[in-house]
Amino acid sequence: MQTATQLEHEVNYLDYKGKYKGIFAWIFSTDHKRIALLYMYSMLTMFVVGVVLGLAMKLELIAPGKTIMDPGTYNAVFTVHGVIMIFMIVIPGLPAVFGNFMLPIMIGAKDVAFPKINLLSWYFYVLGAVLVIASVLFGNGAPDTGWTFYAPYSFKTGTNLLPAIFGAFVLGFSSILTGLNFIVTIHRMRAPGMTWFKMPLFPWSLYGTAWIQLLATPVVGITLVLVALERIFNIGVFDPALGGDPILYQHLFWIYSHPAVYVMILPAMGAISEIIPTFSQKHIFGYRAIIVSTLAIAFVGYFVWGHHMFTSGMSGTAQYTFSILTFIVAIPSAIKVFNWISTMHKGSINPEAPFLWAVTFIFVFMIGGFSGLVLGALATNVHVHDTAFVVAHFHFIVFGGVGFAFFGAIHYWFPKMFGRMYDKVWAKVGWAFFTVGFLTLYSPMFYLGMMGMPRRYYDYLPEFHAGNILSSLGSWVMTFGLLIVVINLFRSAKNGAIAEINPWNSKTLEWTVPSPPPLENYDEIPVYGEKDGPYEY
Amino acid sequence: MENEKHHIVPYKVYIYILVALVAMTFLSIGITKINLGEYSVLGAMIFANLKSVLVLTWFMHLKFDQPFLRIMVGFVVLVFFAVIFITFLDYYYR
Repeated sequence: MQTATQLEHEVNYLDYKGKYKGIFAWIFSTDHKRIALLYMYSMLTMFVVGVVLGLAMKLELIAPGKTIMDPGTYNAVFTVHGVIMIFMIVIPGLPAVFGNFMLPIMIGAKDVAFPKINLLSWYFYVLGAVLVIASVLFGNGAPDTGWTFYAPYSFKTGTNLLPAIFGAFVLGFSSILTGLNFIVTIHRMRAPGMTWFKMPLFPWSLYGTAWIQLLATPVVGITLVLVALERIFNIGVFDPALGGDPILYQHLFWIYSHPAVYVMILPAMGAISEIIPTFSQKHIFGYRAIIVSTLAIAFVGYFVWGHHMFTSGMSGTAQYTFSILTFIVAIPSAIKVFNWISTMHKGSINPEAPFLWAVTFIFVFMIGGFSGLVLGALATNVHVHDTAFVVAHFHFIVFGGVGFAFFGAIHYWFPKMFGRMYDKVWAKVGWAFFTVGFLTLYSPMFYLGMMGMPRRYYDYLPEFHAGNILSSLGSWVMTFGLLIVVINLFRSAKNGAIAEINPWNSKTLEWTVPSPPPLENYDEIPVYGEKDGPYEY
Repeated sequence: MENEKHHIVPYKVYIYILVALVAMTFLSIGITKINLGEYSVLGAMIFANLKSVLVLTWFMHLKFDQPFLRIMVGFVVLVFFAVIFITFLDYYYR
């Protein structure tokens, strides 16, 4: 018995042979690390589709008039691009992959609290993704309402909207179950001695995120059901012709979808809070301030949804309230940036790939954040609302924020996850191309939006041509960088040099277990002493 | 788990709660017949909230759970009321 138990702990999670074989050993596995990789590969598949659609849009916009697609197709392409990228990539993003993989190990647990529910949440993810893809391939054409499914488009359009709505609804269940699992895991399964204020910052960010997932996601679920009922039975909740209110839809949608932005960004910030102290070899500056700012973002983030609706006909009172709250939510974000910079100050900086991604995250996130204040101010919002400026802001925050943090996190935790090190030179080359491409792709959109180019149009006036050419060129450079990064990681996962247990000299618990970790992470649950802490350099 | 107390609620109580829930469902429908103007939503919300309090307290055993869980649920209810309040800053002042 003793030998069998030891064996289970000696074999890493990638090589472990359990009850099932082949692909079934993965899709029936309740191990949090395997589920994390299932999420990662599923998300990568959807990400490829989303990137191809994004490239197609940029190619269409390389010249005025029709280039490669007609207006209807363009509407469908930006809708499906948005639905895939938002609901299947950036919302599950870091929690589903790195949360699932790292959370139990970082808090000294053998798995999450509900492993079977964890696997179920991945099945919901796959089902949701299949439904959205089905809406593209079958029926009366792909949805063309935009990823927000705004009323009245969503019940007037003749396209195949119902499967997409139902897909987003099912994806919501995946998110709720993950959030529930993380809350219970963090409350009940921390290692002995790991008090709340000794917990690393990535689990803290997952905790704040999990509450948003749990509380806000049901709102969008119900809202999408109401849209479906409106389409099928004309119940008149959102249709003004039947006494409904389309602005109510916007309220309900954004009550979820704005907090969802924090579902995306909080874990990203958590990962950055792990990377910066490790590669500065210094205690994180303002540990408690980062925790408080995480919870403040999660809390205040619930009450700012109306800044998406300043021009939709809301009352002036609501507009002022939402504008003030939006400015307030910027404060905790700024606290975090201050803390990261202060952590680096006089640190022993090691500019490896994860660090480069992390500092670039701070740079693009700041640009996204400041442009968010332009949108949060009532007067300037009227000027740039529904222009390319919004697209630039949104991509700087969501893709810049989540994307850079995700790539930072994968380069940081890769040696732990796969037990091998990637090629460090190619990792930096990939980062450089990606960053230059990213800035070239999205920066011109700020200018184009300020000059009045509307978003979601397949055509534009000749004066916007130069900016769009630059933007399209940027999309190619960024994709080239992305290919380098992905190929480097895939090759290294198989053929990279064997990684040390703690190649970055980090202090958090995941670096104390073998690489890759064994099936249940720990032979014995670690005990945190009084002087132990996640950032005691 | 062995140390946790399991409070057994008599069936009678569950039936009272069920009857109260059904009665309040009819009342929340009935109140729509009265023209309360801008307060009609408030009327519906009061009954919906009372019903959820009954379900949480008795059916979901919050009454017999640790105070910590009651605090957590209380916090969630607070967030919910704040969301409703802010939403109605639009509707009542439009």
